[in-house]
Amino acid sequence: MSIFNRGHLFGLIAAVAIAGCSSSAEDTTAVDEGAGTAVVAPVTSTTDTGASTSSILSQRVVYFDFDKSAVRADAYEILQAHAQYLSSHAGARIRIEGHADERGTREYNMALGERRAKAVQSFLNANGAGAGQLEVVSYGEENPIALGHDEASWAQNRRSELVYTSEAP
Amino acid sequence: MLNRAFIKIVLFWAAFALATFAHAELRIEVSKGADNATPIAVVPFAWESGGRASDEISTIISADLYRSGMFKPLARSDMLSWPTRADQVFFRDWKALGMEYLVIGRWSNAGGKYTASFEIFDVLAGRTMKSATASASNPRWLAHYTADLIFEALTGIKGAFATRLLYVTMERHGPRNQRYRLLVSDSDGYNEKVIRDSKEPILSPSWAPNGRHITYVAFQHSHPGIYIQDTMTGSAQRITSFPGLNGAPRFSPDGQKLALTLSKDGNPEIYVVDTRTRALQRVTSHFAIDTEANWSPDGGSLIYTSDRSGGPQIYRQSLATGAVERLTFDGNYNARASMTPDGRFLAMVHQDSGGFQIAVQDLERGSFNVLTDTPLDESPSIAPNGTMVIYATLERGRGVLGVVSIDGRVKVRLPSSVGEVREPAWSPFMF
Repeated sequence: MSIFNRGHLFGLIAAVAIAGCSSSAEDTTAVDEGAGTAVVAPVTSTTDTGASTSSILSQRVVYFDFDKSAVRADAYEILQAHAQYLSSHAGARIRIEGHADERGTREYNMALGERRAKAVQSFLNANGAGAGQLEVVSYGEENPIALGHDEASWAQNRRSELVYTSEAP
Repeated sequence: MLNRAFIKIVLFWAAFALATFAHAELRIEVSKGADNATPIAVVPFAWESGGRASDEISTIISADLYRSGMFKPLARSDMLSWPTRADQVFFRDWKALGMEYLVIGRWSNAGGKYTASFEIFDVLAGRTMKSATASASNPRWLAHYTADLIFEALTGIKGAFATRLLYVTMERHGPRNQRYRLLVSDSDGYNEKVIRDSKEPILSPSWAPNGRHITYVAFQHSHPGIYIQDTMTGSAQRITSFPGLNGAPRFSPDGQKLALTLSKDGNPEIYVVDTRTRALQRVTSHFAIDTEANWSPDGGSLIYTSDRSGGPQIYRQSLATGAVERLTFDGNYNARASMTPDGRFLAMVHQDSGGFQIAVQDLERGSFNVLTDTPLDESPSIAPNGTMVIYATLERGRGVLGVVSIDGRVKVRLPSSVGEVREPAWSPFMF
């Protein structure tokens, strides 16, 4: 009675199952990629200068100028505090992540991110951290903090993050 | 009765699923066609096998020609007649519609092999320009291949519609909660297929010259590796995962080697690795950043990005002699260059004082031409026929793909509904 024989019907169900899988996968795409507005996740507070060492150690991001990898003077205090902590805690380990803003090419930014992370690595080494305590990885422009397409966002994304993988303060 | 109701439900969901899937694919918008796009009519082809045709290939052919920006195809609803054989053509009608060219044809399926026979007419001269036959294993590829032959007959340039695209999409669900997918599709965005799916970054995909294997960078456990993958079987192998950077892999023109960037010796340098023996040959030795190597069409030299002069610029290095030559001097940022197949033009990401655009340098005449005018354009990839460049751009704050002709006259957008689309790579010729 049916225009479909059993074989056809199974084929159709299989097709639907496959299509269903891919469409449900697509359903997860409804994220707010929207109008290019800046969604800024505050990562660290830099307002409490002259605070105790422990609050300085809670600051784990330092920033860079465009296409530059020199550690800026405003990062010295934070990095010195972490270097001291590492030299007095032999079991502590950090992964230094280098990041770039979205401008320019991805692979060049990957190299730039590594340069930034290595600049931080050298600074920490020079200030007492052991070489074996530090590991470096670049994410280039892949992991922005701020999602806007403007200088305020870019300035936050040109950064290096200290990620404790063992014995965090 | 129950059976019939069930079938209805199945059909409903099948239609729904197909609609959703189609929605996920890239759309095509010609934002700037050539001023003198050529009017052409591609009449629906007659289906000569049994049953009903699964596709309407003339629609796909028209869409391809439209996407080139060089043609203005007539909507079939505006046609006065639908001839399928030469003796049914009345040139007067097509002239009245302002057409310069007319394409008619017939197609069929024999044992899974689809074949089209078609004729191209010069309407103004009232004569046949070309009769040809094309075959492919599925209707969409038959249409793309037919469009290639029409394009070639009318422009003298081999068409690049029967080609594929590789690209990366990224969906952001929150800070450090991202989903990357490496996808392959036909050149018009159809038949999208996931190659790799990961929560960690995937970047820098490109094709092997055989049009089947690809190479790319993928992070695993916070560390990058370079992979080669077979797009037909899906099997992947990791080629390098040295400490530090493993980036920017590109197949050599003979498909035997990869140029890539490693920082294992302390600084980003360019190396060449033999894909079978894994033997490494170091190409650059400079304290600057050297990356994004690409091959000259003859395989004799590499062009790459280096900031040895202070900012990123493009250099060419002979693999035989090691001699280095700086190629770009316009602007303060030039990166990720690739050469047209004839070796004449260099396409790159360029910044002068403002944003980042796609630019082309004529290596013969030395002229420099900025092709795009949007602020954050990147990842140019040249079509195998050298006429178009596909690139990543932003549209209302979202990553989409754009195509621009090498002379900048034609611009096409390929928006997608799936997250951010980036890093398109145009395949070699498949036919």
